[in-house]
Amino acid sequence: MNAQLDVLHAGPGMTVQDRGRRGFRAQGLTAGGAADRMALAEGAALLDQSGDLAAIEMAGAGGSFRCTSDLRIALTGADMGASADGAPLAWNACHLLPAGTTLTLGGAKDGSYGYLHVGGGIATEPVMGARAGHLAAGLGEAIAAGDSLPLGPDKGGPTGRILERGDRFGGGTVHIVASMQTANFAAETLDRFVDTEFRRDTRANRVGVRMTHDGEGFFAEGQLSIVSEVIVPGDIQITGDGAPYVLMGECQTTGGYPRIGTVLPSDLPRVAQARAGDPIRFRLIETEEAITLERRARDWLAGIAGRIAPLTRNPHEMRDLLSYQLVGGAVSATADPFEEEDRK
Amino acid sequence: MSDWPVIRRVGLSGLLVTFAARMSEPANRAALALRAAIDAEGWEGVTETSTSLVSTFIGVDLAAKGPEELTRKLEKLLSAQDWYAAPLPSGRKLWRVPTVYGTDLAPQLAEAAEAAGMEAEEAVKQLSQARVRVLTIGFAPGQPYLGELGEAWDIPRQQGLTDTVPAGALIVAIRQLVLFTNASPTGWRHIGQTAFRTFRPEAETPFALSPGDEMMFPAIERDAYEDILASNADGNGGATQEVIE
Repeated sequence: MNAQLDVLHAGPGMTVQDRGRRGFRAQGLTAGGAADRMALAEGAALLDQSGDLAAIEMAGAGGSFRCTSDLRIALTGADMGASADGAPLAWNACHLLPAGTTLTLGGAKDGSYGYLHVGGGIATEPVMGARAGHLAAGLGEAIAAGDSLPLGPDKGGPTGRILERGDRFGGGTVHIVASMQTANFAAETLDRFVDTEFRRDTRANRVGVRMTHDGEGFFAEGQLSIVSEVIVPGDIQITGDGAPYVLMGECQTTGGYPRIGTVLPSDLPRVAQARAGDPIRFRLIETEEAITLERRARDWLAGIAGRIAPLTRNPHEMRDLLSYQLVGGAVSATADPFEEEDRK
Repeated sequence: MSDWPVIRRVGLSGLLVTFAARMSEPANRAALALRAAIDAEGWEGVTETSTSLVSTFIGVDLAAKGPEELTRKLEKLLSAQDWYAAPLPSGRKLWRVPTVYGTDLAPQLAEAAEAAGMEAEEAVKQLSQARVRVLTIGFAPGQPYLGELGEAWDIPRQQGLTDTVPAGALIVAIRQLVLFTNASPTGWRHIGQTAFRTFRPEAETPFALSPGDEMMFPAIERDAYEDILASNADGNGGATQEVIE
């Protein structure tokens, strides 16, 4: 029997996520996929496995899980205060859980989405080429207590490693470029938009994140007669009450509300991870600068593996010193560290 | 001579060619034809294409490629012919979906007929004989916006929202019909009910319809509808399809 992960408790909005489904836009289905793509990539890097594998996305609330065999895991995204059989585990790190361990994750402390990655990935049956739950489209369902999630074969790899987290938590400045309808907004409206400090509203999910602010709304000229156009994730839609709504991975493919701008793909994780009340400012930049920023972010992402460090542990927190010694990625029984050194 | 079509950027996700400021048959035709032409060109870097009512979206990673080259190619292609008069893409299908009009299954037939200024009987006659095109697919996976109906059907959306209409509902407003994918609230009027599933994620062909397909909704009695429901494992709802030559 293949390895599985038993779900003992699950908070609401817990789903299997990967990079989502591409190529169905023409037929009304957006890609979906992990709300925080960076967290997905970090988990794959920590476990040294393919970025195509699926992980568990937890929307604010954690859960508890039991593994049926020895299991490599990585924890990324919003810090949910993990523990293994009661012993704390470092966040944004990978670990080995011996068979039978109960992994417990609490509420998100500094963001909105936490991720649990497993060696070999979550191996639920793909639908239309992906495992990502797209609940808005009726694809997949939320993970619930009592589920047993099948796991893919783990080719093995490091554990006991940590990756410094980026600064995308707690809100901040989000870069945007002009959208197809930005010109429908008066210059004063645009100026006021970029000068406004927004706060993430309580209304936010995988479809969109509403922003709230003091003062009047932001309206386009001829707002109600704008023809429906394509929507891409990151588009900032102005709804009837004048409030901006950043559209996320599970948004609709087209819409008739005007778009005041579009968030750069590399800044979308910051929007996703903002908690209700966190401050957000939009900075409108030219396409050229946006391309430069986006490329820089991609280079940074491509270099993740090089920034992973061995986990230095506090011996008082070590539950089972021996298991750490055996499986720690930093100390390999087969690799010769001096040979590595000689090549440099 | 005209300000249209226009090419605009869609964030860093691609370019958009828009053929008109509002829905019109020629502009929809142009968007469909341009999409088919771009697909046939097979330009490097184009990840996907789609259409909305009057626009063609060309998905390309602008952060990797920049917009200049694709914009030039598009301008050249746009000037090559009159897209508003272009033939519709080949391989499109004509669907006939059996539909119950009115009854408790579709309770707003009489109301919609009144808004269109005709008796319910005449409304059923017109709607069941209308041949409409999938103008675009959106709002929900596989969900078609169909048109255009005759001018009498330029009826407004209702003031309030209907809490929910079921999957397979046929609704009407602004000279268009929509065939619902999932149960959903709507401001359009529910005039017919079908057993046709537009989205079948478990099937080899998850989406029944493509933009440009044409549809008819022949009227059936309630009994016939119940029979269709009883053997509707494929979700086709008794519909037939043929390729439009």
